[in-house]
Amino acid sequence: MNGRALQWTALGAVLLFLLGPFVIILAAGVSDGETLTFPPEGVSLRWAASVVAIAELRHAFAISFALAVLSTLGALLLGIPAAYALERLDPPGANIVRAVVTSPLVVPGIVVGLALLRYFVIPLGIGVRPALLASHIALLIPYAVRVVAASLRNLRVDIEDAAIMLGATPLQAFFQIVAPNIRNGVIASFILSFITSFNQVPVSLFLSGPGISTLPIEMLARIDFTYDPSIAALSAMLALLSIAIVFLAERLLGLSRYV
Amino acid sequence: MSDAFLRLHDVTLRYGRTIAVEKLNLAVSAGEFVALLGPSGCGKTTTMRAIAGLLKPSAGRIVIDGADVTRVAPNKRDVGLMFQSYALFPHLTVFENVAFGLRLRKLPDADIKTRAIQALASVGLAGTEEKLPKELSGGQQQRVALARAIVVRPRLLLLDEPLSNLDARLRLEMRSEITRLQRELNLPMIYVTHDQVEALALADRIIVMRAGRIEQDGTPEVIYAKPRNEFVARFVGFETILTAARLAAHARLPGPAYAFGWRPRHVVVGTGPYQGHVRGASYLGETVEYLIESEFGPIKAEVAADAPRHGPGQAVAFDLPFARAAPLAADLPA
Ligand SMILES: Nc1ncnc2c1ncn2[C@@H]1O[C@H](COP(=O)(O)OP(=O)(O)O)[C@@H](O)[C@H]1O
Ligand SMILES: [Mg+2]
Repeated sequence: MNGRALQWTALGAVLLFLLGPFVIILAAGVSDGETLTFPPEGVSLRWAASVVAIAELRHAFAISFALAVLSTLGALLLGIPAAYALERLDPPGANIVRAVVTSPLVVPGIVVGLALLRYFVIPLGIGVRPALLASHIALLIPYAVRVVAASLRNLRVDIEDAAIMLGATPLQAFFQIVAPNIRNGVIASFILSFITSFNQVPVSLFLSGPGISTLPIEMLARIDFTYDPSIAALSAMLALLSIAIVFLAERLLGLSRYV
Repeated sequence: MSDAFLRLHDVTLRYGRTIAVEKLNLAVSAGEFVALLGPSGCGKTTTMRAIAGLLKPSAGRIVIDGADVTRVAPNKRDVGLMFQSYALFPHLTVFENVAFGLRLRKLPDADIKTRAIQALASVGLAGTEEKLPKELSGGQQQRVALARAIVVRPRLLLLDEPLSNLDARLRLEMRSEITRLQRELNLPMIYVTHDQVEALALADRIIVMRAGRIEQDGTPEVIYAKPRNEFVARFVGFETILTAARLAAHARLPGPAYAFGWRPRHVVVGTGPYQGHVRGASYLGETVEYLIESEFGPIKAEVAADAPRHGPGQAVAFDLPFARAAPLAADLPA
């Protein structure tokens, strides 16, 4: 095999692993059959329609969606100033903060969920909704801080100082000069955060309560006793939604110059 | 100089525990073009940032136009700063880069347009208004940075090694551009450089810095011909520097000095009381440069190319004439 064929093979393998599961789920989800099968038996949207008709799933979706939006906004609201302070102001203990910000990826989510429940939610008597929101914000802050910090690092400090020397206040320099230049980082961390929150299982598992369950948790519960293609149909819809969000976020944030 | 426009009184600047600049005193009068000359790391940028207000002195006072600005925020000082990196706003067009400071001053749109376009024209960039900085060459970006700094009419302009990223030809071109603008605007300027040729060509006055302190402050003529001590002498091209103690054994000294220094073209080759061996000879066109091994150590000499030539390994007589030597004081301890 020559070099070029090898490259194509490698590329094909990567695409297969990346897109394969999506294609299979999509196909299984639009199956007309009674059980989860691949290749699908006929094409129909009836399983998709069936999951939309289930009130618990709609409710869980609404919770997951609201949770993802709010926790992403919360994480950006806290994470952007934190990233700025970390990169520009060189506060004492910056290295410790950097270490903490990277740690949630190292500690398994299941441990974080349990710890939050055992030492935070139960002792303090915090409601299920605030606990879910707080825990998701905590989970997402590291993404926001790290991605935004990386874009700040690519933007020379001189550029901000130049704005200040032309008469800008530090806030004007931030919103007119820094913000437009870290926009892509902010969009990236918005998308990453939203999808992470939306798909989050381990932490949510511990913090869901009666009547308040996120969509992935609700789906996990249903997989145990349904064998029809409805969950596949739902998964396919969620995958399409993720793609839509990526485009939408780019459009919305891309059009407004300021974050 | 009590009529100085800018004055630094015993300014000390630190980064954490390290002292970058210590008890610096400096004065610039209205309309004056001063060069801050010194090797990399001597504190030139640090000094500029302090004058700009981007760095707070840990001691001392900075006075501009009679007012103490030591505690005044950088955006309130009305001082222009041109960065070594140009620091153009990457997301804004050339026009918007130049208009930025004018927009902050809330001028009417028509005025902003007139002034920005005129400033761009004055640095030879008419027609580039709608381009993004990354679409321009290094020299053009440099001019945008200059236009952006002068368009807001600061009362003092600081330039931090503005030409160090340009090639030799562009450097010459920009040098005359900067001189012309300075004369036209009658704007006091401080120009930071580590290149003595640039400082000599541009400035009314040169301040030589070393390790956070001023070594000498004088006109280009004085700095060039009468460096005060060994450090300044070496920095402006005196290659042969011998202490009086060393020379006393061989010659009658013309007067008291710690040391004497000669430029390569001050050294006489072919005749003289001293003997040496040619270690190397490089033909430079107009002149030939010799490296002569002698009892004083290696001596660099530069003589007219039409004088009798000496090949490597040859014994040669030479002279270090005191008539052309610069008497030097001892260096301050670094
Ligand atoms: N941000 C900084 N933190 C710590 N030390 C610095 C910083 N910037 C400069 N220095 C130190 O201060 C001294 C002067 O630096 P600088 O003013 O940049 O010199 P120059 O512009 O003459 O090359 C140097 O020894 C440099 O290492
Ligand atoms: Mg410097």
